[in-house]
Amino acid sequence: MTRKPVDTGDPDRLYTVTGGRSRADDSFDLVTLIVSECEPKAGMQSEHARILDLCRHPTAVVEIAAELKLPITVVRILLGDLLDTGRITARHPRAARSVASLPDSALLKEVLHGLRNL
Amino acid sequence: MGSATSELPSHRTPLADAAETGLKIVIVGGFGVGKTTLVRSVSEIRPLNTEEVMTQAGVGVDETRGVATKSTTTVAFDFGRISLNERTVLYLFGAPGQERFWFLWDSLFSGTLGAVVLVDTRRMDDSWYAIDRLEHHRTPFVVAVNRFDDDTTRYSLEQIRQALALSEHVPMVDCDARVRQSGKDVLITLVDHLYELALAQEATP
Repeated sequence: MTRKPVDTGDPDRLYTVTGGRSRADDSFDLVTLIVSECEPKAGMQSEHARILDLCRHPTAVVEIAAELKLPITVVRILLGDLLDTGRITARHPRAARSVASLPDSALLKEVLHGLRNL
Repeated sequence: MGSATSELPSHRTPLADAAETGLKIVIVGGFGVGKTTLVRSVSEIRPLNTEEVMTQAGVGVDETRGVATKSTTTVAFDFGRISLNERTVLYLFGAPGQERFWFLWDSLFSGTLGAVVLVDTRRMDDSWYAIDRLEHHRTPFVVAVNRFDDDTTRYSLEQIRQALALSEHVPMVDCDARVRQSGKDVLITLVDHLYELALAQEATP
């Protein structure tokens, strides 16, 4: 791994970013696509502003975390803030979230078709 | 470590505005087996790296000896993506098979379509644990054998199947993780397998 853990290894910094919260909204899957519903504004927390900037086009939660160099949990907390105030919308995956169930064959056929056409 | 170089431009490539469904496939394997190489060979973006932090409560029986801070430990993983069409995008995650990683499986990779276990025949022991955990989580998977240039032993897939005590229902495939077409073939092998499983499940009343 090329990135040093220093970005996230400092609990004090994470505490500051999330306002002391450590419980995340786990309805945000790694691949939930986030779309901004407004422009970043002056005076916003800088992480919120960066997310709104990134998500002018649909952007997965995991990509936001990579771009912001923050752990997934912290990003989920920040996204919860933005969702609660209507500043983003979330497009959740339609694949079943339960561990052992398969997605339907129609979706898998679509995936196969996409892969073969790459 | 296979994750540093990048030929792809470093600026962000956004998804189509119509993108609405994200899907996941996880590539699991030991250190240096070529997970990031495989992700890079098929991804439309330069592989990115991110991480999740576990608090001590989540660590459970994990070995934390030598970790400087007692309160947290970090698991890092790489990922890339493939836009399958305007609406659907597939994310590929290269995940370490190490023990502490599996504590995060449910919070990160629940709902994953399936997994690829990437195997290096020189270090086959590294694959045991991943296969055991995938079976435990009931995640369907295929085994891809990354044939490096110096893979002189050339164990056959059948020999590897026996060495790993794999059920005959688990598809196996040779690959060269550096080659895009080969990486695509691995993914197609997995999704073909999932498709067969889904058809069989749907046929069962």
